[in-house]
Amino acid sequence: LFFFRMGLLSVVCVSLFFSSTFAVDRGNFKTCDQSAFCKRQRALKPGQSPYRALLETLELSDSRLTLQLINDNNKVHLLLELYRLQGNMTRVKINELKPLKPRFEVPDVLIAEPPTEPLSVLSKDDNGVVLSLGAENQRLIVSARPFRLDIMEGPEVLLSLNSRGLLAFEHLRLHKDTLDFSLPGVEHVYGIPEHADDLKLKTTDGGDPYRLYNLDVFQYELYNPMALYGSIPVMLAHNTQRTMGIFWLNAAETWVDISSNTAGKTVFGKMLDFVQGSSEKPQTDVRWISESGIIDVFIMLGPKPSKVFSQYASLTGTQSFPPLASLGYHQCRWNYNDQEDVKSVDQGFDQHDIPYDFIWLDIEHADGKRYFTWDPHKFPQPKEMLQGLMDKRRKMVSIVDPHIRVDSGYKIHNEITSKDFYVKNKDGKNYEGWCWPGNSGYPDFTKPEMRAWWASMFAYDQYEGSMENLFTWNDMNEPSVFNGPEVTMHKDALHGKWEHRDIHNIYGLYVQMATAEGQIQRSGGVERPFVLTRAFFAGSQRYGAVWTGDNAAEWDHLKISIPMCLSLGLVGVSFCGADVGGFFKNPSTELLVRWYQTGAYQPFFRAHAHLDTTRREPWLFGPENTALIREVIRQRYALLPYWYQLFYQAHKTGMPVMRPLWVDYPKDTATFTIDDEFLIGSDLLVHPVTEEGSRGVTAYLPGAEEVWYDVHTFQKHNGAQNLYIPVTLSSIPVFQRGGSIIPRKDRVRRSSTCMENDPYTLYVALSPKKFAEGELYIDDGHSFNYDTKKEFIHRSLTFANNALTSSNLCPDCNFLTSSWIEKVLILGASKPSKVLLKMDGKETPVDFEFDTSMSVLTLRKPGMNAGADWTLLLQ
Amino acid sequence: MTCLHLLLTLVFAVSLGTPVEIQRPRGVPLTKKQFYEESKPFTCLDGSRTIPFDRVNDDYCDCKDGSDEPGTAACPNGSFHCTNAGYRPMFIPSSRINDGICDCCDTTDEYNSGAKCENTCKELGRKEREVLQKMAEITKEGFLLKQQLIEEAKKGQQEKQSKVTDMQENKKQLDEKVEALRTVKETAEQPEKEAKERHLKAWEEQKAAIRLEKDKAKMAETFLELDDNADGFVSVSELQSHAELDPDADGTLTEIEAQGLMGGAEQVDTSTFESVWPKIKDKYHSEVSREEADISCLEPAPVETPPDEVKEPVVDNDSEPYPEDDISEEEDEDDEDEDDYHEDDDKVSAQPTIKTPEKTHEDEEAMPPYDADTQALIDAAQKARDDFEEAEKALREMDDQIRNIEKELSFDFGPDAEFTYLYSQCYELTTSEYIYRLCPFNRVSQKPKYGGSETNLGTWGSWSGPENNKYLLMKYEQGTGCWQGPNRSTTVKLTCGKETVVTSTSEPSRCEYLMEFTTPAVCQEPANIDPSPHDHVEL
Repeated sequence: LFFFRMGLLSVVCVSLFFSSTFAVDRGNFKTCDQSAFCKRQRALKPGQSPYRALLETLELSDSRLTLQLINDNNKVHLLLELYRLQGNMTRVKINELKPLKPRFEVPDVLIAEPPTEPLSVLSKDDNGVVLSLGAENQRLIVSARPFRLDIMEGPEVLLSLNSRGLLAFEHLRLHKDTLDFSLPGVEHVYGIPEHADDLKLKTTDGGDPYRLYNLDVFQYELYNPMALYGSIPVMLAHNTQRTMGIFWLNAAETWVDISSNTAGKTVFGKMLDFVQGSSEKPQTDVRWISESGIIDVFIMLGPKPSKVFSQYASLTGTQSFPPLASLGYHQCRWNYNDQEDVKSVDQGFDQHDIPYDFIWLDIEHADGKRYFTWDPHKFPQPKEMLQGLMDKRRKMVSIVDPHIRVDSGYKIHNEITSKDFYVKNKDGKNYEGWCWPGNSGYPDFTKPEMRAWWASMFAYDQYEGSMENLFTWNDMNEPSVFNGPEVTMHKDALHGKWEHRDIHNIYGLYVQMATAEGQIQRSGGVERPFVLTRAFFAGSQRYGAVWTGDNAAEWDHLKISIPMCLSLGLVGVSFCGADVGGFFKNPSTELLVRWYQTGAYQPFFRAHAHLDTTRREPWLFGPENTALIREVIRQRYALLPYWYQLFYQAHKTGMPVMRPLWVDYPKDTATFTIDDEFLIGSDLLVHPVTEEGSRGVTAYLPGAEEVWYDVHTFQKHNGAQNLYIPVTLSSIPVFQRGGSIIPRKDRVRRSSTCMENDPYTLYVALSPKKFAEGELYIDDGHSFNYDTKKEFIHRSLTFANNALTSSNLCPDCNFLTSSWIEKVLILGASKPSKVLLKMDGKETPVDFEFDTSMSVLTLRKPGMNAGADWTLLLQ
Repeated sequence: MTCLHLLLTLVFAVSLGTPVEIQRPRGVPLTKKQFYEESKPFTCLDGSRTIPFDRVNDDYCDCKDGSDEPGTAACPNGSFHCTNAGYRPMFIPSSRINDGICDCCDTTDEYNSGAKCENTCKELGRKEREVLQKMAEITKEGFLLKQQLIEEAKKGQQEKQSKVTDMQENKKQLDEKVEALRTVKETAEQPEKEAKERHLKAWEEQKAAIRLEKDKAKMAETFLELDDNADGFVSVSELQSHAELDPDADGTLTEIEAQGLMGGAEQVDTSTFESVWPKIKDKYHSEVSREEADISCLEPAPVETPPDEVKEPVVDNDSEPYPEDDISEEEDEDDEDEDDYHEDDDKVSAQPTIKTPEKTHEDEEAMPPYDADTQALIDAAQKARDDFEEAEKALREMDDQIRNIEKELSFDFGPDAEFTYLYSQCYELTTSEYIYRLCPFNRVSQKPKYGGSETNLGTWGSWSGPENNKYLLMKYEQGTGCWQGPNRSTTVKLTCGKETVVTSTSEPSRCEYLMEFTTPAVCQEPANIDPSPHDHVEL
């Protein structure tokens, strides 16, 4: 949902205004020049830093080094703390030694105080200190005059802090802080979502910095650094040798400047530099500017991409493991009008044989926008409606936004008031702003007691009409305040002793945190929650899914959904999607079909539409288009076992589910800027068609050693090539990597839950060396028993030496499934004379067919239970 | 390992009231039983391949067309047949077999899922029969009503047709009458015009004579006024006292100039003054009137009444309570407000802006009344005019009536004009929030129940049902515009009913309304339907 900001008076003449305006009104949102602290701090030019390290104050405990810095201009002392963290990370904290007023340190983002490792001083003299940073020949050099930090590995500088002398720590009343990072040898940086921009971050010289400030932006523009709904202050730097990350733990408004010494140089220019040997080394410089708080930076040294993901995961946690059903298809609209409407849409899916798992209710479902209630006319019998969905093994999501209608007849408002849980304005009264219900209060989600109370509101006896198949959507949690500055809360509003400016970017995280907790509690801690949020911060991945907000039915918005979700995946948030079809405006049929095809291969797959758009349920565009949409949704459902397993991995390791190619091909520079195709896990490569009237796409197939199989035709292609693929409206170019095994459930039913006990088909795609491996993960799909009782099946599938073997990755796990293996397809195989199934010490022959044209061997109904140990021998 | 053997089902079919057991593979309809013979290999129904019969329903899909798995979910494109004894047989997609949801009322689709299904076929059959029976009754009665409607419509149409014919005949006569009266009128108007002109001319002449008299009187009066010393002459100096007569407008009337006005004479007597008078009479200010003018200058200026200050409502952003309803509705209303505003605008501009001119002061005495002869001519002409206008008005009215009937006759009221009775009627439905109003062949509108202006949801567009029967849907288009959206439109879905009522309204998509409407006019001739479908057991 959105709100288009305008003078409040003009609400009256809104119809005159809207018809002609259809783009973000930039005037409503600040540029760096309009943000006093950004402008001032950005005006600092690189040069001699006024800061000096007072080496005599150095104190080294087992895990922590402290040192005072002095600003020679104003004699203010700062305290520098350095930690060497387990897992090849360094933490740098800078605070005032004696602040007049304490500065905010962001709580609740780190999952625990990061465990440290001993630091040791290698050498020390008047110029500085050299510290040892672990095994890999890494050192941290503290230079005293001017103060700077360099992290080195061998002779190479990996990263420098304050090398450009931009450290600035405003004190007294204003708490602005800035620090610069230099990344020698780096030309590609990524991350710091959310921006509607390319995957590879651009240099910001001559333009605005990337802004991180959670805002409800009406009809956002693409390809610019303006702030959007969420903020994750994490940047990844990558080159062929190493991947590193910088995590700037600060929840205040933040701007990030990026400059590069190679930006603007053509490839030819760079080559010339190289040939002439005169070149300076490529380097990217990054400056972080925050409005308040302290400097608290985590430097994640990788060196592999997967290592950076696990390092970041060790700090802020991993993607929550979603209920399996939430990986299915979601049907949303602002608004499904009433119970009858919900029923007829539900029936529409069955009539057209299209699977779906969730139907969504937007703000109109509640009684006068009083969340946790139902409109008595439109939804008089919510339980009846939910039971109807449950009978079809389907689910529902209702919206619960954090703005609370100020209304003495509203239980939620009255309780928050009586418990004094509202955010206060600067005068200490309850902060009030305008949002959907009219005058609204904003609960102070930074308070743990408030969050606990909020969570308790999801209990079945509190949220009347709710049932166990009702889940939650948190929208407007930037927070959106229609009459606030930049459509959000005043910075001087108070959260206890802290100003809103200190906590702004984390407010939305807390809303989702409390909501997810409520869902867990209502089931007595048994069931996994599903909560979608629009605003987010570092750590939000622990609580559910994120979508890219109020996009539009335009081809460019379809395109941008890829880099936007890729950027989020890189910084921990795997469960990402964009509104399929586009929220604003009416998509052409072609765009809608293409969007379904793209969305079906993105993690969170939900169609959504604005109130003023025409209806667009999948069957409203003629039988041919219905068939196209049905087909791609069915492809999604067939692949649910793979998606689910990838989410399990993401949950366990922090590896993104939807990834840029460079994550798996870190040395292949051709992949570094690709953001029109992506990988799902390591094994599926997707190049969606995102051009209108497209007759073909060129996909880059990475990896010189790789082969890729077209998943529809099983045609084999070599890696490290640009492949032109002719397309029709039914085409969605997807390739399976040779060397992988993907389990599918090809019996698609009307919801994922209906497919629970269905058999698997294994797609074994052989590498040129006739090898393949994969995994199979099975649990009940919805509870925490996988975690609390180890009730899951996790198997390793390996094809080597003409034998496909399933072995147990978790011998002490305990889960029984009635699913079995109905079919095995081996792509790139040769024809065997005989196939034997070895199981329980017995050998039984297995029927097979061989397709010589595509070299596909199909094993007919081997029939073993999916949790069993077995081997299939090809002779 | 799940191993599903070929499951042969016992099907109880009720035929002629005697249960008969017919064996066939699960999910196969009786009509296809012949293709599934246990003793022979099975050939996929598309002929694509032949497989051993033990692969039929073995929970693995061998045939591309899904025909080898009629009773399992193995084939993505298969279908399962449930007999549903007591109700009606049906096919469901194979994917609904054992999915935990009861689809077949005879429970046969959930034979291995653990779903607890109850056989509801008898109940469903009974209900369906009831419904069908009721429907049949409604259809029957509705169809009878429809026949009446058709009769009435035909009668009405004929009446109207003949009425139009009559009227057209009458109109011809009226036309002639109008023409005749026009001649009478014109004939009467000619002498009237001449008489009036005569009278006017006489009056003009009389007026000229009076004016001349007046001028002379004024000249004499002026002479006396100028002749200050009353010596019977007006001298140069006496004339000079009237500076307004200054011919070069320099503010002073010099002696030479005065002399010039007096034709070079030093003084003039009354008769010579006659030649001076025309040169000065336009500029001359009477001494009496000059004094009056002076006095009038002293009158206080009229007090200007301050215009009513248009007070903009002061809207205080901070304190004005936010509208109760959500923004979009608010905007919606604004939208309507805007329309209202335009309407107001029209009203304003429609108000008379030209004021009736005031009578001029110089109005001379009124024209004397016409003499008796002239008046007689005028009266005669007026009567002819009145007669003519009356006839013309009657003709116009006749025209309107003919046009209205022709318009009505031009509507497509269905193949048998069965929808004619809806014309110029309106039907209302009150919901929790609104009163909806359908005036067939005219418009659809919506009015808030508790006050507020009416919104046009569309005006009559066309029949828009499917090709085989376009009379099942009506489309009303071009209603009030929606914010960021299309103009409102309404689709009216017609179903057979004894009564003519709007049964429901909804807004499935923003500003696109759907109205359900029952009318006997769409009731089809009841076929000799057998109200007990379970008797149709496939054989």
